Amino acid sequence: MENIIKYHIKNVKKGDHAAFEEIVSFYQNKVYHIVYRMVGDSHEAQDIAQEAFIRAYTNIHSFDENRKFSTWLYRIATNLSIDRLRKKKPDFHLDAEVKGTEGLDMYSQLAADQALPEEEVESMELQSYIHKEILSLPPKYRGVIVLRFLDDLSLAEIGEILDLPLGTVKTRIHRGRELLRKKLRHV
Amino acid sequence: MNCEESLALMHLYLDGDASEEEAQQLREHLKTCPDCNQHYRELKQTESLLSGAAYELSAPAGFTASVMANLPKEKKRVGYMRWFRAHPIITAAAVFFLFMFTSVLSAWNSDSSVSVSKQEGLIVENDLVIVPEGVTVKGDLVVENGDLDIRGQVDGDVTIINGDLVEDPGAKVNMASVDNISGEYQEIDRIFGWAWYHLKELVTF
Repeated sequence: MENIIKYHIKNVKKGDHAAFEEIVSFYQNKVYHIVYRMVGDSHEAQDIAQEAFIRAYTNIHSFDENRKFSTWLYRIATNLSIDRLRKKKPDFHLDAEVKGTEGLDMYSQLAADQALPEEEVESMELQSYIHKEILSLPPKYRGVIVLRFLDDLSLAEIGEILDLPLGTVKTRIHRGRELLRKKLRHV
Repeated sequence: MNCEESLALMHLYLDGDASEEEAQQLREHLKTCPDCNQHYRELKQTESLLSGAAYELSAPAGFTASVMANLPKEKKRVGYMRWFRAHPIITAAAVFFLFMFTSVLSAWNSDSSVSVSKQEGLIVENDLVIVPEGVTVKGDLVVENGDLDIRGQVDGDVTIINGDLVEDPGAKVNMASVDNISGEYQEIDRIFGWAWYHLKELVTF
């Protein structure tokens, strides 16, 4: 897969629009996932995820083809998310609860005519509860926790994405895990 | 092992960083310490809840199309720059020829006054250079932006740039005066010929 991506990137650098479309459609879910977990709001997440791809496109010449594209792309996405969180920081913790309960957005992403089985609804509720608890973490723990469970990223890669030393990544994972343990132990 | 060490080891173990020996020590401790055992089970549950929540969310329908529609329209200039970056040698050659061409062109336009190589005995009247009768000019003669009328002799090559060899109305056309040139005769009045001449001069010296 990595080779196909590399091939597409070469073509994007040559000015091939269609090759970039392939890249977007391959990574859209992962990028959206990271951003949504980071900012919590689906409209905002869509906005930021789109911005991340646009930035990747306009800066494609600064991407070093010897490195992993996903790392570079996720880094753009997490940086944009963190910037957004910083900008709205004053009121963020106050309405984190409200934002976190936007489980409805996940329903709205399913096809409307598809009836939901009972257990799926239940699991949706659990998922939105977990989503809410991840969002209640301070952003510095949230980032490592979100990335850790996505796409089999190694701790070293997480460090590269967030521009943190490996030791710091580990400390934050331990700390974030402890914080979540307290919140999730009664589930 | 005390409980603090055990706690640190739990995280190492969950990160997949614990050695087999450390894992064994941890298991031993968890068997004997109910608090740590409880703590470990809660951590383990947290991990599995999180990995359950890590099922990939889908980007909204039409996301890719929306990104593609919002890509900045490439300015023409950016497109050229990209092309230049991809073809450095052609770019260098193009820049070189552009400079060459403009300097040649400006030299062509600015040299509107008559100029002639320095030889004794020549008469210059307005745009006409005359080799008077009975005079022998030694060496190569170059006339630029002017006509040349040879009544005497030229002992060398004659080059006329952007001008003509004047034919004496009475004489048998310019063959007569060309006969008075001991070397080669050439007349250049096209810009490329002129540029070629200067280029040749440049290269031979």
